[in-house]
Amino acid sequence: MVRLDGVGLRYGGGPFVLQDLNFALQAGSFRWLLGPSGAGKTSLLRLLTLAARPSVGALNVLGVQVDRAKRRELPPLRRQIGMVFQDFRLLPHLSAFDNVALPLRLAGRPEGQVRADVGELLRWVGLSKRVAARPAALSGGEQQRVAIARAVIGRPALLLADEPTGNLDEAQAERLMQLLAELNRLGTTVVVATHNEALVQRYPSPSLLLDEGRLTLSSVAEEG
Amino acid sequence: MATSFRPRGADDLGLRRALSDRLLPLLVASMVFLAALALAGAVAAAGLARHWQGGAAALVTIQVPQPDMPAATGQGATRAEAIEAVLKADASLAARRLGTDELSVILRPWLGDEVTRLSLALPAVFEVKLAAASSGDLAAKLAQLAPGTLVEQNGVWLGRLGVLAASLQASAALALVVVAVVATAVVAIATRAGLAARRDAIEIVHGLGATDRMIARQFSGRVTLLVFVGALLGLVFAIPLLLGLARLTAPFQPGLPQAGPTADLLDALPPVLWALLPALPVAAAAIAWLTTQSTVRSWLAGLP
Repeated sequence: MVRLDGVGLRYGGGPFVLQDLNFALQAGSFRWLLGPSGAGKTSLLRLLTLAARPSVGALNVLGVQVDRAKRRELPPLRRQIGMVFQDFRLLPHLSAFDNVALPLRLAGRPEGQVRADVGELLRWVGLSKRVAARPAALSGGEQQRVAIARAVIGRPALLLADEPTGNLDEAQAERLMQLLAELNRLGTTVVVATHNEALVQRYPSPSLLLDEGRLTLSSVAEEG
Repeated sequence: MATSFRPRGADDLGLRRALSDRLLPLLVASMVFLAALALAGAVAAAGLARHWQGGAAALVTIQVPQPDMPAATGQGATRAEAIEAVLKADASLAARRLGTDELSVILRPWLGDEVTRLSLALPAVFEVKLAAASSGDLAAKLAQLAPGTLVEQNGVWLGRLGVLAASLQASAALALVVVAVVATAVVAIATRAGLAARRDAIEIVHGLGATDRMIARQFSGRVTLLVFVGALLGLVFAIPLLLGLARLTAPFQPGLPQAGPTADLLDALPPVLWALLPALPVAAAAIAWLTTQSTVRSWLAGLP
């Protein structure tokens, strides 16, 4: 599913923000990504979502050797990866429906199928009455649900979330975690970066602990 | 592979706001307006060059002042008659005296339609085709009969006019090239402004799996539409001006009808210009498409 061998990352000519990462994720697993601010969690998620390529080392995602792949090989791979951001990253000029529909339209799905799938998913996340609303008209929790729906609408093999509960109250955070757990039960590999220790304790799973760009604890390294 | 990620007319990147539908079309309209003028200039210069170079290089125009005065060495003949006799006696040339009507046509651009009523004494004008290009001997011979006779070898000024026409054509072509370069720069700048304004949206759809082609196509579609509309606008403003100029210069334009209230608008401009003018919006749209594609793809190459 995912494998990192000696992976390091630096931006431009700056210092390495990730160094010598070695671990693997099995299909259908759930992992917490932990560490203090500045430890490199977001950078690691950028690598896994193909928003950046390793400066050194080998990265394999869903069978594609990302560090050696050509640019044109990456878009189809990105469509198999879902990402939930702390700041949602919705397109402000599009409705909730069109935001969620975007991945399907990128994949060239027929418009009839897009309408059916998006409608069903928005009902599932409780937004069936808000399909035409733009993000600015939605609450934080509603925006997060739209972001979740957009991330999972394409049935991704790998779902990544960066502080997904950071802008949610406790009840919304709980609901989101149940959603992620449900997706994981359905076979999606899930990685969630968080500072929320209470959340980690309520949903115990193996963790990746990062500190100063290095993996200091991995209960999953042996999986590879 | 999908080639479009939205139904027709959709605007996922929000380009309707990022790429203004006012400034870019107005700039393009101005440039197409200038391009239309340059194109008309090039066509007019080419027409004049063809007309000027259509005559034989060995064509000579002879002007005999005071044609009705007695010739210097003739036997009672007028200066014009003596000159005509000499010209017709020479088998190596073909000469013809221009009639009053022909002189009127020649003088009309300068003196108007009332040439025949002028009290001004007009010279007798002969059009002569020489077998040889040199008119030196002929000039000396005619000067003896009628001092003051002017022998103008058309080939000399034809050559100069040819150079002038070529210069006008080159200037017009250069103007078109400059307009095209400026148009390319304007489109590139507008596209880069759009990319900067929509950087977040582009990064989001890029992260969701949009290909460079999909993103570039949205930009190209929007920019090309704006440029095409602007180009049509520029053409709409240029055509009345060109028609007005054509009426003003009609006496100098060979093959075109003279200005008049009944002149057909379609006949007022050369057919080749009517064929080329509609090509301007198409060319502008092509420049816009190619420039946008190139600019967007180059920018996207900076993303992983």
